[in-house]
Amino acid sequence: MAAAVVACGAGTHHTSESQMPLKKALSAASPLTLRIVAECSVTKARACDLILPHSAVSTPVFMPVGTQGTLKGITVDQLEGLGCQICLGNTYHLGMRPGPDLITKANGLHGFMNWGRNLLTDSGGFQMVSLVELSEVTEEGVKFKSPYDDKEILLSPEKSISIQNSLGSDIMMQLDDVVSSTVTGPRVEEAMHRSIRWLDRCIAANKNPNKQNLFAIIQGGLNADLRKACLDEMTRRDVPGFAIGGLSGGEEKDDFWRMVTLSTDHLPREKPRYLMGVGYAVDLVVCVALGCDMFDCVFPTRTARFGSALVPWGSLQVKHKQYAKDFQPIDPDCQCPTCKRHTRAYLHALFKSDTAAMHHITIHNIAYQLTLMRSVRQSIVEDRLPEFIRTFMKRMFPSRDQYPGWAVDALASVNVTVE
Amino acid sequence: MKLELARVVRGTGRLGVLRGLGRTAQHSLEVPGCLLYTHLGAVPHLTQDTLHTLSSLPSVTQVTLSNIAEHQEVLEEFKDGFRKFAGLHDTLLYCSLHDSAAPCPTGYTTNKTVSVWGSGGRIELTVAKFMALQKAVQPDWYQSMADGETWQNNTSRKRVRKSVDRTLAHLDECLLAHQNSQELEGVEVFGVVEGGDIPEERVRSARETAKRPVAGFCLDGLQTGSMDQALRTQLIAAVTKELPEEKPRLLQGVGRPDEVLACVEVGVDLFESFFPFQVTERGCALCFSFNISLDPERAGRALPAGVVDSLLELNEDERDTAGETQHNGDVSLDDQTRMTSFEMNLKDKRYHDDFRPLVEGCGCYCCKNHQRAYLHHLLVTNELLAGVLLTIHNTAHYQGFFSALREAVAGDKLDILRRRVLRERKE
Repeated sequence: MAAAVVACGAGTHHTSESQMPLKKALSAASPLTLRIVAECSVTKARACDLILPHSAVSTPVFMPVGTQGTLKGITVDQLEGLGCQICLGNTYHLGMRPGPDLITKANGLHGFMNWGRNLLTDSGGFQMVSLVELSEVTEEGVKFKSPYDDKEILLSPEKSISIQNSLGSDIMMQLDDVVSSTVTGPRVEEAMHRSIRWLDRCIAANKNPNKQNLFAIIQGGLNADLRKACLDEMTRRDVPGFAIGGLSGGEEKDDFWRMVTLSTDHLPREKPRYLMGVGYAVDLVVCVALGCDMFDCVFPTRTARFGSALVPWGSLQVKHKQYAKDFQPIDPDCQCPTCKRHTRAYLHALFKSDTAAMHHITIHNIAYQLTLMRSVRQSIVEDRLPEFIRTFMKRMFPSRDQYPGWAVDALASVNVTVE
Repeated sequence: MKLELARVVRGTGRLGVLRGLGRTAQHSLEVPGCLLYTHLGAVPHLTQDTLHTLSSLPSVTQVTLSNIAEHQEVLEEFKDGFRKFAGLHDTLLYCSLHDSAAPCPTGYTTNKTVSVWGSGGRIELTVAKFMALQKAVQPDWYQSMADGETWQNNTSRKRVRKSVDRTLAHLDECLLAHQNSQELEGVEVFGVVEGGDIPEERVRSARETAKRPVAGFCLDGLQTGSMDQALRTQLIAAVTKELPEEKPRLLQGVGRPDEVLACVEVGVDLFESFFPFQVTERGCALCFSFNISLDPERAGRALPAGVVDSLLELNEDERDTAGETQHNGDVSLDDQTRMTSFEMNLKDKRYHDDFRPLVEGCGCYCCKNHQRAYLHHLLVTNELLAGVLLTIHNTAHYQGFFSALREAVAGDKLDILRRRVLRERKE
């Protein structure tokens, strides 16, 4: 149906395909277009322009999470000012409060939040894992016991898509049967197969295929065969994008990266790859090298509220006594509003007096994540990603023997040595 | 600083401009006016970006020793004063002793000390320590150390007298240290008038304080909840009679619109702006009307109720049944958190699908970009953005009220403004 337009712009490094013709979209209005601007000549990384209904998004991209239709104390103007082009909302939470009917009346989640750029909504599937005490999975869907009013609700593929249709997000996620990555045995296979069936039900239930993009989510746990089977099946469906799910849940990093790279090996080149739940700087950089385009994680915004500021050399616990008399900004090289005006000492003191302290750190952390991704993208465009990675690792870790083993292995698998 | 009065008529308030403020003497503040309430230099919940969505901000930022005292060592090491420490540019700094929105335990004041409560507990201040703090903070002006613990119901006459005596003694000590301090050159001091609810003590305190070389006066111990407005009015009138006309009067602890109006009428020039913060903290939005620009044809004539209603475009359904009338400040300090008739409770279910802005015609960032239903959602889900947006709106609304207040004093329309503000209706 809606095929992605593939264009090879200047700077692409697949020289043998330099004369690739443009494929026109089959339907008049394709709500997603991926333009591959550059591909790394060493790793599997790409830099793309992802054209979505509300605006263009430069990838690789980190998407901040605004679970309940707000990004924890930050206004939409501030978010826009930081250069954020897409952020997340959550179907489970918003489906409960304020509910899809109210949001429809408010002109969708965009209208309700007054956010003019793109929104991606998760299906509610992850809550199955995170709120497992309150849920029960059947072929029909996931039965949740609402923590707010003890009512039981059934989140089926149809119901999830219906809510997401009301939310009006630019990218919707299928409802998948999510199993914690630490679970093994037949449940993993069952979940993988069910996720495929639920994908088909989600596709059928989507009332707005011309305005809202439905992404599939590859499951299969940490089992290469199951992952491969899932990839084979799901890539037969004509969805505008794919997510790599079921990871980033406490599994061994050595297993994690192998599943990521296996997935990108078998996902179509001309569609975006979204790695769910990844947000630590090292993970982002490595997974970009492994071929992922989009990421989301609550970590940067959540950790900010505890006074933890993200910096190129790790993190800085602003609330610690050692910063009480430190009159530097969090990061002297950072251009965010917080670092341009405030010192560690002031923020340290402010944490004792007002919530504004949290907001300052949240702004800084979002700026850090977005700046990191911009730098990664620029290095891909200039075809110097391996060099960027080496510099990044040197800055992040005091010495070579502190580089995480899994990261070294993962990078080696895409021809990057971090000496 | 110099107060240029454009208008002084007994019983109808003073109008003017406080000029020559600050070390560079470049700033000014319109009177009647209010200071910008902050926690350690930050307007609650706001960063600079969100703060500067507000177009008219007071030129004076208020900080309190209850927030600052525990950071004395840091400030002394920093050396460049609190304004720079907090990243505040182009604003004046006024340093008060207590935070009017954070009442503290009583019973710790002595002849030589007062106490403030920081995040780590009680900090005892002698005049020496108080002055050391002022040298570290380097404000543009500050109130001298004072004993204002007279607001409780059963405060004895003896205790009130002591508070006046101690406060005068503290003032003299402060002034002496001030005059001998190079770091405080160009900084102004306000004397503090005490006296509890005893008129003779109030007069005594005012007369004695006025004899000292202070730049202005803080009126203390009159905060909301300590006495009803009638008594407050009486006491302030008695006090201002004893104070020089050309020096400004700052009233602490009073912020409700009706109380502000009454106090302006008896000669108060400046107020603190903690009231919008309190409204925000209870999830409410200020919505009282202060628009008094009436059709000139109707000016001066009594308006029939129906006509006034249509002017205000009121919606009868909006009358809040939960709110209680709070006219006369007959409310104890514990009830500071109770909702007043000047605000709407956005947690109320009725706002669940109300897609109007908080206040129609309000130009603040919150009203231009968001709706009541969204604010309701943020409050119900305990989201931090609620505090940010409500602070923006409540601050804007309060500033609008003060602007209307100045206009009303200028045009001799305080009466009309009061009637408008007290209508107990929501829009």
